Amino acid sequence: MKNFFAIFFSIFFIGFSSSLSAVESKDPIKLTLHDWTGQLITTNIMAEVLKKAGYNVELVPADYIAQFAGLQTGDLHVAMEMWETTGRDAIDEYTADGRVVNVGSTGMDAIEEWWYPTYMKEKCPGLPNWEALNDCAEAFATPETSPKGRYLGGPVTWGGFDDERVEALNLDWEVIHAGTDAALFAELESAYQRKAPIMLWVYAPHWAPSKYSGEFVDFPPYTTECYTDPSWGINKNSAYDCGKPRGPIWKVASSMLKDKWPGAYDAVEAFTLDSNEMGNLVASVDLDGNTVEAVVADWMSSNEGRWSTWIK
Amino acid sequence: MISNIQNNKKITFFLLFIITFILYFYGKEIASYFDAKWIIKYPKHYIFPISKYTSLFVKWLMDEATFGTFSFRDLTRFIAWLIQQPYNLILALISKGFLQGQGQDAVEILPPLSWISVITIIVSMALYTKDKILVALVAFAFFYLVIFGQWESSMVTLSSIIIAVPVGVIIGLILGILSYKSELLERIISPILDLMQTVPVFAYLVPILVMFGFGPVSALIATIIYSMPPMVRTTLLALKSIDPQIKECGLMSGCTERQLLWKVLVPVSKPTLMVGVNQVIMLSLNMVIIASMIGAGGLGYDVLASLRRLNIGVGFETGVAIVVLAIALDRLSQAFVNIPARKRKKNISFFKKNFNIITLFIFIIVIYLLSPFLPFIKNFPENLVFNTSLFWEELVKYININYYDNLESFKVTLLTYFMLPIKRFFLGIPWPWFITILTITGWYFGKLRLAFLCLVLSLFIVVTGLWEKAMITLYLCGSSVLIASMIGIPLGVWAGVNARANKALTVFIDTLQTLPSFVYLIPVVMLFRVGDFTAMLAVILYALAPAVRYTAHGIKNINNQIVEAALICGCSPRQLLFKIKLPLALPEILLGINQTIMLALSMLVITALVGTRDLGQEVYIALTKADIGRGLVSGLCVAFISIIADRIIKSGSNKLKDKYGMI
Repeated sequence: MKNFFAIFFSIFFIGFSSSLSAVESKDPIKLTLHDWTGQLITTNIMAEVLKKAGYNVELVPADYIAQFAGLQTGDLHVAMEMWETTGRDAIDEYTADGRVVNVGSTGMDAIEEWWYPTYMKEKCPGLPNWEALNDCAEAFATPETSPKGRYLGGPVTWGGFDDERVEALNLDWEVIHAGTDAALFAELESAYQRKAPIMLWVYAPHWAPSKYSGEFVDFPPYTTECYTDPSWGINKNSAYDCGKPRGPIWKVASSMLKDKWPGAYDAVEAFTLDSNEMGNLVASVDLDGNTVEAVVADWMSSNEGRWSTWIK
Repeated sequence: MISNIQNNKKITFFLLFIITFILYFYGKEIASYFDAKWIIKYPKHYIFPISKYTSLFVKWLMDEATFGTFSFRDLTRFIAWLIQQPYNLILALISKGFLQGQGQDAVEILPPLSWISVITIIVSMALYTKDKILVALVAFAFFYLVIFGQWESSMVTLSSIIIAVPVGVIIGLILGILSYKSELLERIISPILDLMQTVPVFAYLVPILVMFGFGPVSALIATIIYSMPPMVRTTLLALKSIDPQIKECGLMSGCTERQLLWKVLVPVSKPTLMVGVNQVIMLSLNMVIIASMIGAGGLGYDVLASLRRLNIGVGFETGVAIVVLAIALDRLSQAFVNIPARKRKKNISFFKKNFNIITLFIFIIVIYLLSPFLPFIKNFPENLVFNTSLFWEELVKYININYYDNLESFKVTLLTYFMLPIKRFFLGIPWPWFITILTITGWYFGKLRLAFLCLVLSLFIVVTGLWEKAMITLYLCGSSVLIASMIGIPLGVWAGVNARANKALTVFIDTLQTLPSFVYLIPVVMLFRVGDFTAMLAVILYALAPAVRYTAHGIKNINNQIVEAALICGCSPRQLLFKIKLPLALPEILLGINQTIMLALSMLVITALVGTRDLGQEVYIALTKADIGRGLVSGLCVAFISIIADRIIKSGSNKLKDKYGMI
């Protein structure tokens, strides 16, 4: 009996002390979960890594934009994916007074551009070159936009300057804005089922480019001058006569993270993933039907060399 | 003399109509002739920066406002803490289990109740009402949750409903009673209720999150704000419409004021109060999706996540789970209130009296003790879970491939001949004239007060620079309300004259009201693409309910003697319907349309998600740009539109009631 207690207590004590000595606070660090797979994977990987370092981690479902209110007050601590293109305004607004901090890039670069399914190449052989867009605008037209081509842009909130781009490049196209990501891909799915014409805003890393076969349109490559200086590029009188920038995906955190869990802050800062790697992980969940947990566990065991350096 | 006045009125209206049309067709020419572009478009530099000041005020409230020893935020955080405690208890009991510690270090001390126990409790509650159909319904609903693998999420949702509904009902009841006693309070509260119901949640989401913290409590508070107003309204209505003789009777038998209220007035108005409870439940479940965006999790999160993956089937199954939960809870609560009082038997031992409850307790304890040994008690076995998602996906795919062209031509016809003319009309009328018309209408129905209200509220929309978006809102909601009424009123008449149709339609309507619109929005987008048409469909489906409900109610409640008198006079059934029943039910029907407008406006946030360019979109953009003031101001514009519509229709309905001598 005495033995039993001794063992019990020593296990208890070892367990307790080993984790206590490593981390600054055992309060849970709250990471936010959004509703797309890529983000679930990055967040779960980060959570697993922090757990290995002995931190206490909690995952909280939250809206992409609404979460900033929580990050600001310190109710939430880490958001793993803030896309340059869609989250810039929110990042600027909330990081201004220092209560939310940008922890740097995840290493992934978002590609965002006009995209079309491969079967449209038959009707418009000049693609992916953007100069072919005007020749086959009619092939992409719908009753509402005819004779102009119909381009389904992202939600207005994503920005993207597509209306300006159409103007600047003198395209016979009309930009229709989808209200949400889900609506955007619902249209793609519908058109793909019918092999109907569609041109829309697709971004990567995402499951869509791996599920549907298609290509991005080649616009004149983006430079900063293109967006700021009208005289740059093909159209001497207006800006935006080029493709979209490839923006990094940022990690943001509450300023509380650095104060309370400096070690965890360093780990979040060190976290990096590669875009292609991410694309494969996402496809493994959304297309092959594996669970996020399984995919993350798999990644953890095969990349120990990498994540162990993040927590040192 | 009287006919003269009538004629004058007709001429005036005819003239107004003509002027409106001239302005609509030649507005631009007139504006350019007088070189007065402001007639068409309100000049930008006169836009009053209300949103900027609102932002500053809210920021001050959130970050700096204090009551001396403690800040405003301390107060709200304390309220949040108060709500958190019962919520955590229930969540632990039916979903998460009692835990020690936080995060992944947490150790389960006691497991949550097994699905068997929860179902047993609910079914025995249904048994207690001795209503066999109800028992079957409740059992079916909860078994659905288990068999379709929705149990865990639905228990999270249920916990928040268990908190939100009673809080909403109690606060609503108290406010209703207080405003029954004080007319001043009624006047103050009424516009606030309007705002609570019509300002889109997204508009005040950020302030709520900052004040109450990110998580389920904020979601609960948003839910309560949205679902409580009908309770206040129905309470007030119920108390006001009590027969004064009953009140006198209570007074004569020597009731104190408190007794009069709780023993006489409240019990007498129970049937109407239950309508309020029904609405609180329905509206609470309606908020499930938005609540999940701010950390409530549960079924709403599952719907969002599955639709994000375009998994229509799973989205649909989860949506139906919300519906069955809503219907089961609603019917159960209705039945519980209607249990006839039973005689209390005396001289029976405690054990005998509470035999059923004790058996139930023993059963639950046995299940509880068994659960560590029998895994199926703890979690419903996964291989028995049903999955129909493939079926739904294939169905949508089939329709899409085979009927897309037919649907497309239907849509194009409706767009060109119905929606676009309305849109052009609203956008074409110069704003000063539109406001004039509104004010005149206000004056006609409600004299000076209403005219003043219409003028001020519509001027607010102009000076904030949101006129054009407001007009798009008006066009979208207006055409949806038109179609919803054209479908809803005949259905309501049918339900009013046929009891069986009534039962079937009630289930149908409850489904439409609680099925998250997201669930059908994605298939609709697949079939009709994004745009105004899709948005209109979503609005119609959601806003149909009150048109049906109020019409049915109005037709059913017609005084039987009038119907008999008409029959004796030799009315044919057709005449009876069109000459007697419909005119008499008209005030109720108008109220139904009024509610349809409210619901249509409250759907704006969702329509923004399929790419409309209305005020809902403005609120949504403000949210993503973290611009609190802009969101609140555009939210207020939505509310003002609904207040104008509401006041005009209500005065119109009162006028009609006057005409038919129904007051």
